[in-house]
Amino acid sequence: MTEDLSSFPLHLEGANVPMVRFAKVTKSYGALTVLDQLDLDVATGEMVTVIGPSGSGKTTVLRMLMTLEKINGGVIYVDGEPMTHMEKGGRLVAADNAHLRRVRSKIGMCFQHFNLFPHMTALENCMEGPTQVLGLSKAEAKARAETLLEQVGMAAKRGHRPAQLSGGQQQRVAIARALAMRPKVMLFDEVTSALDPEVIGEVTNVIRKLTSEHALTMLMVTHQMGFAKDISDRICFFYKGKIEEQGSPKELFDHPQKPRTQQFLSAVREAI
Amino acid sequence: MTTAWDWAFAAEILPRLIHATGYTLLAAGGGYLIALILGLALTFLQRSRSRVLTIVVREVMEFVRSTPLVLQIFFIFYVGPQFGLRLSPWTAGMIAIGLHYGAYLSEVFRGGIESVPKGQWEAATALNLSTVKTYVRIILPQALPSALAGMGNYLVGILKDTPMLAVIGVTELLHAANTIGAESYRYLEPYTIVGLIFLLLSLPAAALIRSAETWVRKKLGLNA
Repeated sequence: MTEDLSSFPLHLEGANVPMVRFAKVTKSYGALTVLDQLDLDVATGEMVTVIGPSGSGKTTVLRMLMTLEKINGGVIYVDGEPMTHMEKGGRLVAADNAHLRRVRSKIGMCFQHFNLFPHMTALENCMEGPTQVLGLSKAEAKARAETLLEQVGMAAKRGHRPAQLSGGQQQRVAIARALAMRPKVMLFDEVTSALDPEVIGEVTNVIRKLTSEHALTMLMVTHQMGFAKDISDRICFFYKGKIEEQGSPKELFDHPQKPRTQQFLSAVREAI
Repeated sequence: MTTAWDWAFAAEILPRLIHATGYTLLAAGGGYLIALILGLALTFLQRSRSRVLTIVVREVMEFVRSTPLVLQIFFIFYVGPQFGLRLSPWTAGMIAIGLHYGAYLSEVFRGGIESVPKGQWEAATALNLSTVKTYVRIILPQALPSALAGMGNYLVGILKDTPMLAVIGVTELLHAANTIGAESYRYLEPYTIVGLIFLLLSLPAAALIRSAETWVRKKLGLNA
């Protein structure tokens, strides 16, 4: 990457430093540009939901922030410091592994397919990060995991392996597992998309409850428009790798300005 | 010399052959251990981020797999000393077996690792686990069940290939049978018994591997 990064600040300073900033972030797979010069700020404590048709790049936004995808241009800042890059000799260079790991520790993520570790119980899943990464003792990690499993209503199933749990239960354990790392930012990537309709509510309710109890900044991709409307401070509608329109849930859902947004929302409503 | 089976002679040589069976098992076990370690190391090297390293390792493995084991045994034992590598028949033999089968086992491990869903790597990244811990605690335990069948097959393969070590004078089963034959001019009994011993060793192995696989899957809570 021989990009000129001199226009990007080494750190974000001032009164309103966002928790997350995408600064002119570009992502492409070969000739296909998935995200084109994305600028997006998420304030501390803000709940932002990304919606849009498939292929609009919305999941890629979360995956880049979790460092699961490398970016091709621009800089991502987390908590005021660059994440995809680091300072070296007064300028930004690509982040090394140690820097990535340090900044990444501020971010947690839940996935569409849960991705629980199948060879561990619910409790062990929630203890893995705290013991292996944060260096907590087994007793401390266990206490923390049990509290969180209690909060997501999974305390009774703490000794169960993922294969013995329903999708909704697995997703609740996955939420507890992510929160056990005490992240500042939580990413929810279509966490209800793989669930049967009747259990979607148990997962969305857990997210509603936890986001109000934990001081979290949240970035979410979902197809549950009602849930997005309830929980979000801001909705971003993505179309072809760009933010086509954004605003408060009320503005965006009730009075969409752009034709693409109107089309998408009416198509979604018809589907329900 | 008669062609009829001589029970008394068979009984007389049996202790010597059973004794040699111990050496065969030792050669197979030692070779397998080297192959396991080398195979795993090759797997990691091949998965490294360095493109050059990946290609070099792949080509070396291809070379090792495409040439006969017996040639590799000769090469290490007879050509090695020209380069200052003086090894006993035992050491040379086990290294040759370990190298040859390490190249095969590496493919088995690679297949096992690739059978673990991508989401497991992503979850490990999201939890910020280090690469080493991701392998040791998350990926390898899940790769093991699907790798076990291949690992077992190559264990039997190694066992059956140990007679090749007789060519450089390792005193395993075939070597013992040859010696008995040379002393008594009777080959029927020693070779037959050696064949039976190999049969008795190989047959239960397949069943053992299957039950090990089931046991590991159950132990890890993975679906069969």
